Amino acid sequence: MSKQEMFKDRNISEDYFFLDIEDYPTTPWEKFKRVVKRSLKGELFVGLWVVLREMIKFDIHTVQYPEEKLPIGPRYRAVHEMKRLWESGTERCIGCGLCEKICISKCIRIETRYDENQRKEVGEYSINLGRCIYCGYCAEVCPELAITHGGEYENASEQREHFILYEDMLTPIDDVLNKKQREFQGFGAITPHEDERLKKTPLAY
Amino acid sequence: MDVAYLIATVVKIVIILLVFSALAGFGTYFERKVLAFMQRRLGPMYVGPYGLLQIAADGIKLFTKEDIIPANVVKPIFKIAPVITAATAFMAAAAIPFMPSFTIGGYEVKPIVSDINVGLLYIFGVMGVGLYGPLLGGMASANKWSIISAARSAAVFISYEVVTGLSILAPVMMVGSLSLIDFNNWQIENGWIVMYQPLAFILFWIAAFAETGRTPFHLVANDHEIIDGFGTEYSGMRWGLFFIGEYANMFFISFVIPLIFLGGFGEGTFVDGLLFFGKMAFFFFFFLWTRAAWPDVRPDQLMWLCWKVLMPLAVINVVITGIVMM
Repeated sequence: MSKQEMFKDRNISEDYFFLDIEDYPTTPWEKFKRVVKRSLKGELFVGLWVVLREMIKFDIHTVQYPEEKLPIGPRYRAVHEMKRLWESGTERCIGCGLCEKICISKCIRIETRYDENQRKEVGEYSINLGRCIYCGYCAEVCPELAITHGGEYENASEQREHFILYEDMLTPIDDVLNKKQREFQGFGAITPHEDERLKKTPLAY
Repeated sequence: MDVAYLIATVVKIVIILLVFSALAGFGTYFERKVLAFMQRRLGPMYVGPYGLLQIAADGIKLFTKEDIIPANVVKPIFKIAPVITAATAFMAAAAIPFMPSFTIGGYEVKPIVSDINVGLLYIFGVMGVGLYGPLLGGMASANKWSIISAARSAAVFISYEVVTGLSILAPVMMVGSLSLIDFNNWQIENGWIVMYQPLAFILFWIAAFAETGRTPFHLVANDHEIIDGFGTEYSGMRWGLFFIGEYANMFFISFVIPLIFLGGFGEGTFVDGLLFFGKMAFFFFFFLWTRAAWPDVRPDQLMWLCWKVLMPLAVINVVITGIVMM
């Protein structure tokens, strides 16, 4: 196979083949013959055997969700995390307000003021997770990698007020001091077992 | 009629009602589990160990749910239809011997409510009346999906009654009796009827799927329209009665097939009894198995199969049996 052919080869796997579809029967006698052929050829029993084999193999694919959870990719965009600086443990947010500006569902609200040294200080920072569409723009635009997306996707609650608790998103100070803060891997990050799932693209562009 | 007979009959009826109502519940559990395993799922897991108490949860839900009767339905018919399905299913059980007879304290117990001399005719007659459950329920529901499904299930049911009757006719000719106990005793002497009548066995087995409305012929529900057929407007225990009727029917047919064709419970020893339950369990399992494996056929294909293939075969079978017996 030449390089050009390989480039244009759209078969994603070698065991692709075209189905040999018979003509539809027209006369009653042909219909009857097809019924007899299909009944006696054992296709029905192949089906029975396949499901019985799966039952005997007992290869269960169910994930029992609250007890077992599938790992999610590092690029997954769930509830935000506010990160801290590794050395001092202070919050990374410098109050630039870019995230508030870019937020398309207008769910981020940030209030800043001057502190006693005339430096900018973040007063009130809130994300209304009930409105948030998890587009990820805020994390993308943040110059300090202060706001990122985390992996916490179980955010059901009884009250809307619970969706704006800043303390839940902020990394606890103990985690930073014990070097447990998990850094955002970047937008090109791939899931750990991505190599196994890699497949040839069926279309050559 | 002596008192002991009366008491024994009432006790038998109560036992059959209780056991098979409970078995219908267990049937749903088995069905969910078997289907789940065949599809690499786990099935019910949370209520009780391995989901065993799911039946209780379903029962409580069905019993306590509001009994909704929609505005435009024909009320008396709508109310009576589920009762017809469940009642006829259990009435058919009256002529089925479930176990070999045994003795308790010098009193011989025959585990059959009534050994009437028209046993088989009675069983299939009463099961045939069960058709009125879906039919009337669907027609009274004031719902177009229900009525389509009811008409379709009626058409299927009537067609397959013919195959059931004709396929069973050849064994009846050989045994010369309609009582299932006579069938059992005949097979002790002469061997299983399936060896003499393999075609009748297969025809009857196929027709049993249509009788109970199970998967290759599951036309009582509008699966392709994602609608539950004649039961669309039903809720709560009325729907539950349809369900119990369907599963009880499956169990009774699973008892009848081995009784007629596979030697029944034989001479009535303990091993024979176990074997009998094994056969019955296999036929019940087969109902679930096919549901996992096979697709439904179209109504016209089903009618074609019944009237143009199975019925002529059954007639030929009867004729040949007659010639051989002469």
